[in-house]
Amino acid sequence: MHDSLQLAGGALAANRGRTALIMLATAIGVAAVVLLAALGEGARGFVVGQFEALGTNLLVVLPGRNETVGGPPPVLGTTPRDLTIDDAYALTASRDIEQVAPLMVGEAPVSTAAGLEREVTVIGSTAEMAALRHLDVGQGRFLPRMDPKRGAALCVLGFGLAQELFGLAPAVGQWIRVGDRRFRVIGVLRDAGVSIGTDFNDLVIVPVASAQALFDRRSLFRVIAGVRPGADLTRASATVHAIIAGRHDGEDDVTVITQDSVVATLGRILGAITLGVAGISAISLAVAGLLIMNVMLVSVTQRREEIGVLKALGARTADVHRLFLFEAVMLAAGGGLCGLASGLAAAALVRRLYPAFPVLAPWWAIALALGVAIVAGLVFGVVPARRAARQDPVNALARR
Amino acid sequence: MTESPAPRASHASVLDGRTPLIEFADVTRIFTVGDSTVRAVDGLDLVIGQGEYISIMGPSGSGKSSLLNLIALLDRPSSGSYRFEGHEVTQAGDDTLAAIRREAIGFIFQFFHLIPRLSAAGNVELPLVLAGIAPALRRARVTRMLEAMDLSARATHRPAELSGGQRQRVAIARAMVTEPRLLLADEPTGNLDSQTGIQVIDLLENLQRTRGITLIVVTHDPALGRRAARRIRLVDGRLDADVSD
Repeated sequence: MHDSLQLAGGALAANRGRTALIMLATAIGVAAVVLLAALGEGARGFVVGQFEALGTNLLVVLPGRNETVGGPPPVLGTTPRDLTIDDAYALTASRDIEQVAPLMVGEAPVSTAAGLEREVTVIGSTAEMAALRHLDVGQGRFLPRMDPKRGAALCVLGFGLAQELFGLAPAVGQWIRVGDRRFRVIGVLRDAGVSIGTDFNDLVIVPVASAQALFDRRSLFRVIAGVRPGADLTRASATVHAIIAGRHDGEDDVTVITQDSVVATLGRILGAITLGVAGISAISLAVAGLLIMNVMLVSVTQRREEIGVLKALGARTADVHRLFLFEAVMLAAGGGLCGLASGLAAAALVRRLYPAFPVLAPWWAIALALGVAIVAGLVFGVVPARRAARQDPVNALARR
Repeated sequence: MTESPAPRASHASVLDGRTPLIEFADVTRIFTVGDSTVRAVDGLDLVIGQGEYISIMGPSGSGKSSLLNLIALLDRPSSGSYRFEGHEVTQAGDDTLAAIRREAIGFIFQFFHLIPRLSAAGNVELPLVLAGIAPALRRARVTRMLEAMDLSARATHRPAELSGGQRQRVAIARAMVTEPRLLLADEPTGNLDSQTGIQVIDLLENLQRTRGITLIVVTHDPALGRRAARRIRLVDGRLDADVSD
């Protein structure tokens, strides 16, 4: 075994140019698999990280029963009981739930004294929303802590909307009209860009009771509940169901979405994409395998004499077979290891250049790349090896 | 493998009391080239005893090389019987033949057929590698063999760095390192100048005498052929002459 490896290695070393080319082809394939998988994993890590920044400790409670987690509540069919502000605050009875923010959402025309008017998303909520959704206030302050069931003529504007309504003039202290009511601007959110799901740049946040009055609706759009750090989300979710059922005559008519399940779904989708991309790049490895076969076939023809001598000296067919197979596998494995090293190095480089982007080759990509390389070497090495082993020593030695 | 019968009476004189090493009975080797068939070896009866020194001569195309390949177990007869050391080998499997070649037969070729990427020592070691002998033991035997061939100083040289005579001595060392009982030389001097050729043939004859091996030399050089104690001449694949001193 060791001797065969040495002989095969010697043959490879004797043909440095050829060996280097084949190893390069294999290396590129392996590096492509590793790097693409690493980038895919990086993208997944990045997106999932963004979601987690929103808080994986959030439960979102929606009125209405929905069997499939993650979708909106049914539009038709069931007529769920209202989800009220009292329901929302009842949730804080649970040890697992730290704070809640009731949420109303609607559209209303917003205008200023200057006469500008436009339909804008209006969110009704409470002071807790700022903490739960990580909202930063740039000017003024957020909604004050107050009785959630009492309205107040106060509002907070998104950064973009404030600029649109008041230009460079300070918005805080100005009055705006939302629907048929007037609100005093007490704060403007920091420029947040587009967070996933909601454009926090283009909205008005008013006290939740004011929003109920504005839209003439009692039922909340949803309740955001912050789960105590370290608490079990599944248990917290069960508690929410239990509390609501207790308040709704034993009927469990809300849907609870955990941020986790959303993140998990996204992670699965991006993981599948990564796998697909890595699979496609694995095809380049198969091409490298074909190259190996071609080169080995040429090598068999060139080394007729050597094969003949080996047979004359008493080499068994199996010995010759093994020799050529080892050569092919050594080419593939050598190229594979070089490719793995350069793929990992490239991933490390990207990681250094973009620290926010967690580019890291997953173990399965490494295994896939090396495995495919070595299997390609074996599979594509078989045909040349068999041809070599079948060489007739008489003919091989007669030629000169 | 079946037990060999006693040598036939006609062989007794030729064998001169030796154990038979090679016994051909009505051996024919037919090659088909396109539509035509060539009887390279045609109904040959031949017995060669252990320790003989034989030359095989004949014009080109007389079947010398075909006979050598048959003797060497590199090729199989189309018909007839071949016993090697008393064992019928015409029906033996490839691995059995390979094992006999490894263990009992040494080869020397006109074109040396050294493996260019291996050093002299590496080439000599090759048959021992194939025989599965342990590395330490191999190196000892290679060193001894290179010494015997006066090649110690050239052990690490590649074939391309050696003269023709040196290359053929490496080839002889490679053939002899397994201590074979039969040494086959196909035009061993054909690619050497006459001076070097004589040195090589002296070396082979010396090995034959001192080690008691059977030496078969195929040549078309009459001077070389005459040196053998038994001289076989082939014409058209048939025995034309079989003369012993």
